Amino acid sequence: MVPTSYYLILSAALFTIGVIGVLTRRNIMIILMSIELMMNAVNINLIAFSDRLQQVTGQVFAIFVITVAAAEAAVGLGIVIAMFKNKETMNINEIDLMKW
Amino acid sequence: MNFLDLIWLIPLFPAAGFVINGLLGKKMPKPAVATIAAGAVLIAFIFSLGAVYQLSQLPVEGRSHNVVLYHWIDAGPAHTQSGEVERFAVDWGFLLDPLSSVMVLVVTGIGFLIHVYSAGYMYEEDGFYRFFAYLNLFMFSMLTLILGNNYVMMFVGWEGVGLCSYLLIGYYFLKRSAGDAAKKAFVVNRVGDWGFSIGIFMVFMTVGSLQFTEVSERIHEGAAAGHFQAGSLWFTMMALALFVGATGKSAQIPLYVWLPDAMEGPTPVSALIHAATMVTAGVYMVTRSNFIFQLAPAAMAVVAVVGVLTALMAATIGIVQNDIKRVLAYSTVSQLGYMFLALGVGAFSAGVFHLMTHAFFKALLFLGSGSVIHALHHEQDMRNMGGLKNKIPITFFTMAIGTLAIAGTPGLAGFFSKDEILWRSFSSEHGHVLLWAVGALVAGITAFYMFRLLFMTFFGEYRGGHDSHSHGHGHGHGHGAHAIHESPRTMTIPLIVLAVGSIVSGYIGMPAWLGTNVFEHWLEPVLEPVPGAVVEVSHYSHGVEIGMAAVSVAVAFLGFFIAYTTYYKKSDRAERVATQFKGLYTTLLNKYYIDELYDALFVNRAKGAGRGLWRFDSKIVDGVVNGSSWATVRSAVGSGWWDRWIVDGLVRFIGGFIKTSSWPVRLIETGYTQNYALVMILGVLIFVGYVLWGTP
Repeated sequence: MVPTSYYLILSAALFTIGVIGVLTRRNIMIILMSIELMMNAVNINLIAFSDRLQQVTGQVFAIFVITVAAAEAAVGLGIVIAMFKNKETMNINEIDLMKW
Repeated sequence: MNFLDLIWLIPLFPAAGFVINGLLGKKMPKPAVATIAAGAVLIAFIFSLGAVYQLSQLPVEGRSHNVVLYHWIDAGPAHTQSGEVERFAVDWGFLLDPLSSVMVLVVTGIGFLIHVYSAGYMYEEDGFYRFFAYLNLFMFSMLTLILGNNYVMMFVGWEGVGLCSYLLIGYYFLKRSAGDAAKKAFVVNRVGDWGFSIGIFMVFMTVGSLQFTEVSERIHEGAAAGHFQAGSLWFTMMALALFVGATGKSAQIPLYVWLPDAMEGPTPVSALIHAATMVTAGVYMVTRSNFIFQLAPAAMAVVAVVGVLTALMAATIGIVQNDIKRVLAYSTVSQLGYMFLALGVGAFSAGVFHLMTHAFFKALLFLGSGSVIHALHHEQDMRNMGGLKNKIPITFFTMAIGTLAIAGTPGLAGFFSKDEILWRSFSSEHGHVLLWAVGALVAGITAFYMFRLLFMTFFGEYRGGHDSHSHGHGHGHGHGAHAIHESPRTMTIPLIVLAVGSIVSGYIGMPAWLGTNVFEHWLEPVLEPVPGAVVEVSHYSHGVEIGMAAVSVAVAFLGFFIAYTTYYKKSDRAERVATQFKGLYTTLLNKYYIDELYDALFVNRAKGAGRGLWRFDSKIVDGVVNGSSWATVRSAVGSGWWDRWIVDGLVRFIGGFIKTSSWPVRLIETGYTQNYALVMILGVLIFVGYVLWGTP
């Protein structure tokens, strides 16, 4: 039996990698992938506690998260493509439409 | 060393090769890439040999070795059909028993030879490392499929080999036809996988376990106790669902259409994946589930009929194909049909036996055809070949042995296995004389198209290189007959080894009137009859068996003879028959129009549905949107005036005021999402810090 804390450490590490990826990378695709990483870190948390508490709820929730992640990826990629068509760039530094 | 406890390592060697080649292969020299890939499979083969040897030293009852690495899935309790509550739990575990040991030896042994061959064949290609990485990934998936001790692991391997098949068919992905073929293989296989997964769930619902030995035990016990009846609807459906999976992976009617197109992949891939190993996964799965099929005689009949029809259909198409690899592809479909015929009549061991011998001679034939294609610089059309027998003698001799073996020449491997199947399709309780008759007819057709291939390729005059048209396309080398040369030794040695295998591998499964069938005896522990199922008893004498073998050999010889007089003697019979039976000829040439039928029934339906939805979107949805926008524009003219002068005036005034007075804020509002996210996360960190270490 693997202690729950191991899962949590793995999950925290993954989440941190994801956060750092979102903050530091400049390519939109990599940022999207980092977001996926964070989602899956959450999933590991859910599954770990589901296992720890012997309740299926967490696993069900994780499946919802996976579904939402798939939808999010579809929408996100759609936005990226639309963005690319307009700006012809994947570099997030060149996208500052939210300015003022 | 106790190899039996180390069987979990076997799939890991190719996996390691995949990781190394996939990550570092781009920068490594080609020989190193090939050595790592082939070496990984060789080590896996050695470990398999050791494990199978040690398994054979165990007493017969104990020949089933389970190694569980860890609990993989534990999804909690679920209700089975009988109302009991079982945990849906799956281990990452490995099982070596007589059946998986046969498969593991075939896959690693022949896989190793094909890796060696590929080192020579693929040397000039771009993405050399990618090819070997995929091949090793395939070996990992295939070994997981075979050695997994439960249906879920089998499914993982099943999907893995499907993925590798997709990747390798589409290896030349810049070619449109290769990409299309890869997609077709992937989509058609999904249909089969759907059936397989339904079957897996039904198995769990029936017995509450997915581990092979446990399922087998519980079904045996349940049948003995009368809980499970032979021929019940539930078991028939379960067996058919599993069989749907098998038809996808093993290219049976109605899902065989992807395999001929899969020839777009490099030839070693055709040999390894689409002849010797992956396509036999369906045969392995059905044999593995024999306890289910035994309780479903109706499903068995379906399997047998589908098998024999596939064999006949593919063989007839094979007659008229001109692409050397396509002939072999249809031949593979046809031989797989034989295997399913065997499974369908309850002769599971005969099916697996043919799987093994077929792996030898079909891998040999594919690699031989690859050697021909290599020698002719990517010429695949047999009409542009001929007279190659003295130019590439090793290829010729080994391919001739392969042809003799597949045609069922007495003494070679194909004779023993094919004859076993034909005999069982007649003598078994599930058999029928019609199954035998069609099977024997297919044996004749097989001999015909295989010798047609041999004669067109190796005999007569060389027909390529004369007209500029034939090498104007393709790779544009424009080599004439003088450039034809035998392949390097890395390619010919595997051919020779496989040729030896095609001769001797039949002798472990000799029919009863010649000796002992070691092979059937070896598989017996896996194939125990389920109580209540129809048990096969032969009440025919050896005389009948010998007589029927003689008939099938005679039919095969007739096929050879027709091919000999038509293609060796340079008669014009082929053209005459083609013009005389023009309708039949074009039907065969167009593969019975099955692809067109599927296009019309499914592909174009799906495309049409998509187009219809698009039209709905562009007409109705967009129409509503555009209509409402028009109405809005009209009504907005009036309010626009009010807005522009009164409201905007006010807003502009306020805006201008704020704009001039708010210049310091602009400095932090950069518009870069990441800056905002950074501030957000810093805020979260401060709050978390406060909650953790702040004042109580």
